[in-house]
Amino acid sequence: MNTLNTLFGEKKAKAKKLVFKSVDEYPEVPLTLGTTLINFTGDWRTFIPIVDESKCVKCYICWKFCPEPAIYIKEDGYVAIDYDYCKGCGICANECPTKAITMVREEK
Amino acid sequence: MPKKVVSGNYAAAYAAKHARVEVVAAYPITPQTSIIEKIAEFIANGEAEIQYVPVESEHSAMAACIGASATGARAFTATSAQGLALMHEMLHWASGARLPIVMVNVNRAMAPPWSVWDDQTDSLAQRDTGWMQFYAENNQEVYDGVLMAFKVAEHRKVNLPVMIIESAFILSHTYDIVDMPPQEEIDEFLPPREPLYTLTDFDNPIAVGALGTPADYYEFRYKIEKAMEEARRVIKEVGKEFGEKFRRDYSQMIELYKTDDAEFIFMGMGSLMGTVKEAVDLLRKEGYKVGAAKVRWFRPFPKEELYKLAKNVEGIAVLDRNFSFGQEGILFNEAKGVLYNTDAHPIMKNYIVGLGGRDFTVSDIKTIAKNMKEIIERGKLDREIEWYHLKR
Repeated sequence: MNTLNTLFGEKKAKAKKLVFKSVDEYPEVPLTLGTTLINFTGDWRTFIPIVDESKCVKCYICWKFCPEPAIYIKEDGYVAIDYDYCKGCGICANECPTKAITMVREEK
Repeated sequence: MPKKVVSGNYAAAYAAKHARVEVVAAYPITPQTSIIEKIAEFIANGEAEIQYVPVESEHSAMAACIGASATGARAFTATSAQGLALMHEMLHWASGARLPIVMVNVNRAMAPPWSVWDDQTDSLAQRDTGWMQFYAENNQEVYDGVLMAFKVAEHRKVNLPVMIIESAFILSHTYDIVDMPPQEEIDEFLPPREPLYTLTDFDNPIAVGALGTPADYYEFRYKIEKAMEEARRVIKEVGKEFGEKFRRDYSQMIELYKTDDAEFIFMGMGSLMGTVKEAVDLLRKEGYKVGAAKVRWFRPFPKEELYKLAKNVEGIAVLDRNFSFGQEGILFNEAKGVLYNTDAHPIMKNYIVGLGGRDFTVSDIKTIAKNMKEIIERGKLDREIEWYHLKR
């Protein structure tokens, strides 16, 4: 499995998650509770997309189709998936014309 | 004090101006239209500095008020019936985001059949949106209600929106004397808003309406209910202060009229209670020991006051100008619910009156009084819900 082209975990490791232990600790209004700087939508994923660079032709169709968007183009021209926010919808794998992206059940 | 002869709608418009509202976003609908026309006139004449946002629907009107209120502005709107129903989704957003918006709703019957006349079902159908609701008996109460509404809504422990409700045509288009205090005194009573948060603090950016997962949503609902409980206290406090400043006391959430020695009472909301008070005076001359209880605030519901009242009377005739299909009149339903777990159990009967603007007069109230007296003497209800005007 090629997991080198990923930013997975970097932001998450730095993030300070909001945890409220009692009702008094909550703010009066639901403000800024759920920004994605502290809540990682990638946690919702069941299947994880894996990119095989040997098959990638750098067409960027996956990059265009990703609804998040959680796909980035790296300096070397290949694509990277931001696993902090990839929800595992599989659209990229479905659209990839060379089948360079495969969806694999993620062990948690 | 300066007095003006104005319609209920103009009373609402003057109150919005005197409350120094900063943003008005509204869409016209009969019988509300003359409120926002009057506000537009104030702006056109340079009498008020208000940002007026003409919108394409009531849903957008409330959305614009929410946006304005979230920047810290004092926002106001007005609507009726179908327009209020179209706002429904945004009403939840306003209370959920804890924004002290004030809206005047002119009670109008829901269609079909198409109607523009008085009926409380439109506002009562918004019961569970987290808005406070105040029912005005006359034009003066529309005016006073709007001024108090901002003060209650913006209280730091409340921060919830308020709906001020008046009757279609009976108040909205009927002219009456309204006492309007000098602007300096109103400014003293209602200082500028101190918002709980503001979208325009660019050094501290915030997101409003954030996602609340099952781990957090529950606590925020509880906080709204705590604010409603606080509002009960704040309403009385503000009502008392209003009375001290302007000589019209609103410290009671239920206005009691000759209830002290009453055998039974009439309970209801809005303009019909003016007629009821008139009828109470006449009935007392005929030897009936009757009184009237006008429920001013429907949300938060005045539980304590109702209990104290119910403990001392033998019967309550609940007059509902509204109906919840499949159940009963909405005020009747609420009142019975409040008393169930108490030791106050007067005989209660529900009279469905005045739907869609059907005339409800002093002679109707006399007929109801006769019926109530018989019920109390017999100690047993004839029927629980009476469709009083029904042609049989």
